Amino acid sequence: MFDKLVIANRGEIALRVLRACNELGISTVAVHSVADRNLKHVRLADEAVCIGPAPSADSYLNIPAVLSAAEVTDAGAIHPGYGFLSENADFAERVESSGFIFVGPRPETIRIMGDKVSAIAQMKQAGVPCVPGSDGLLGLDPDRHRRLAREIGYPVIIKASGGGGGRGMRVVHSEAELQQAIELTRAEAAAAFANDALYMEKFLRKPRHIEVQVLADGEGRAVHLGERDCSMQRRHQKVIEEAPAPGISATERQRIGAICVHACEQIHYRGAGTFEFLYEDGEFYFIEMNTRLQVEHPVTEMITGVDIVKQQMLIAAGAGMALVQDDISIRGHAIECRINAEDAVSFIPSPGHIKMYHPPGGPGIRIDTHVYSGYDVPPYYDSLIGKLIAYGDSRESALARLRTALGEMIIHGIKTNIRLHADLVRDPAFCEGGTDIHFLERKLGM
Amino acid sequence: MDIRKVKKLIELVEESDIDELEIHEAEESVRIRRRSPVADQTLATQVYVPSPGAALPAAAPGAAAPSVVDDASAGHTITSPMVGTYYQSPSPNAKPFVAIGQRVEVGDTLCIIEAMKILNQIEADRAGIIKSILVEDAQPVEFDQPLFVLELA
Repeated sequence: MFDKLVIANRGEIALRVLRACNELGISTVAVHSVADRNLKHVRLADEAVCIGPAPSADSYLNIPAVLSAAEVTDAGAIHPGYGFLSENADFAERVESSGFIFVGPRPETIRIMGDKVSAIAQMKQAGVPCVPGSDGLLGLDPDRHRRLAREIGYPVIIKASGGGGGRGMRVVHSEAELQQAIELTRAEAAAAFANDALYMEKFLRKPRHIEVQVLADGEGRAVHLGERDCSMQRRHQKVIEEAPAPGISATERQRIGAICVHACEQIHYRGAGTFEFLYEDGEFYFIEMNTRLQVEHPVTEMITGVDIVKQQMLIAAGAGMALVQDDISIRGHAIECRINAEDAVSFIPSPGHIKMYHPPGGPGIRIDTHVYSGYDVPPYYDSLIGKLIAYGDSRESALARLRTALGEMIIHGIKTNIRLHADLVRDPAFCEGGTDIHFLERKLGM
Repeated sequence: MDIRKVKKLIELVEESDIDELEIHEAEESVRIRRRSPVADQTLATQVYVPSPGAALPAAAPGAAAPSVVDDASAGHTITSPMVGTYYQSPSPNAKPFVAIGQRVEVGDTLCIIEAMKILNQIEADRAGIIKSILVEDAQPVEFDQPLFVLELA
């Protein structure tokens, strides 16, 4: 196991990584921007190195600065968290060529899965069911576009190959709108991702977002840790996640899990990863793979008892994965609310000074947050300030505990979306389970 | 000396009425002085560690140090624009770029910061006289870390 690790991230996930390092006896280096000197994990870390000014581009996305910090502190490994550089294949490559261990998949794997078209091709080869689509990039021929769309059947969705995570996509309902939609999406993709490659897929009307968590040792062995339902979304951002997915039978879980494990084994996947699917009418359709730790990993940890971040470290250190599929069982139900520093109605971000922070507690309650009374939420980064997770032996129990916990939670000084969550955990459709990915936007009248 | 130990010592000084604490341990020593308006600002916090092979030259982390130079009154502070290792000379046995009392013009090289095997020349952004040098040769520095204080002239 490496002695020292650089946490190349901020906020709640940096604290999560720090905690795993503490458990494993790994020394921690917190790299941070000038705006983040008072982050909880920065104050707790064994060493802290300021790597740049507040803007992410100059700090958390500044590859030379992160590598330099690892060099001057003589670190052995770098954990990229989620977001920022976690799915940047160039970063992973440079980390490794500079002599550090990258806690994550191989750079080539990140590169293949980062290109959504090649990811789909790779998954198809591995026998993973995909959304009916163009099976390749869209060229410049409008006739071919029309033919493709007719074959797939409207509505279709145009997606940027360099996008993902909800960015760079446009829905088309009829042939009349098709060409313009393609041209607009192409221009946006070129601007946002420096890559105007596009592909087309069938747009599913009422799908649920169900994803499968995997762990693999990089040497052809992999396990799955069951699925999560992340259908509660607004503008492609997840708001509530839960595990297991309501209504998915053990047989279905085993089937889709085995398909993902087989795909991991084929590509010699290393580390933690998530296969994202759209699920409609009993069918799973692969959309993309996330080659990193995810925000919602805690719900899987609660129902399986597996510490995913610890496993990431063990795998990265070459200690192998001390898990086989038979070891993994799903028990109970966990639901996570993403607590954001934003207005619960307008969703306008609300950075600022937290006068008082009071967390809930009790059986089955887990809070992953970096905030504390007196902490200033900076305006430069995303609004996620914490995750409230409730676990129970059934979905009803988890929901009931979540309602109680949301009622106990106090964050004064900034606005948060706690009220929105309190409303959602009482919504009859959500309580019944199985709501689709458009549910929240419909409910909010968008 | 272990950075954690130094951090603890700094906390001790902060929490107590002690003005100055000096500890010698074999060949290493630490002197920590509480910030005061008339004290010699440049020696406020310095950690001496045996140089070759030392794993952890201590860059004062984040907000932990009890004092760094009070730049507002003392002059113009030049801070590090990057993370790396500070070197006072162009090469190991050469004369340092600058010395205390030396006049520098805009654009004069003050030091080198090495990051990922690239030696970056750090230049003066104002003209003046070097009043203090706040870092030691071969010390790791972080972004925004104060390096020099110039008396503008």
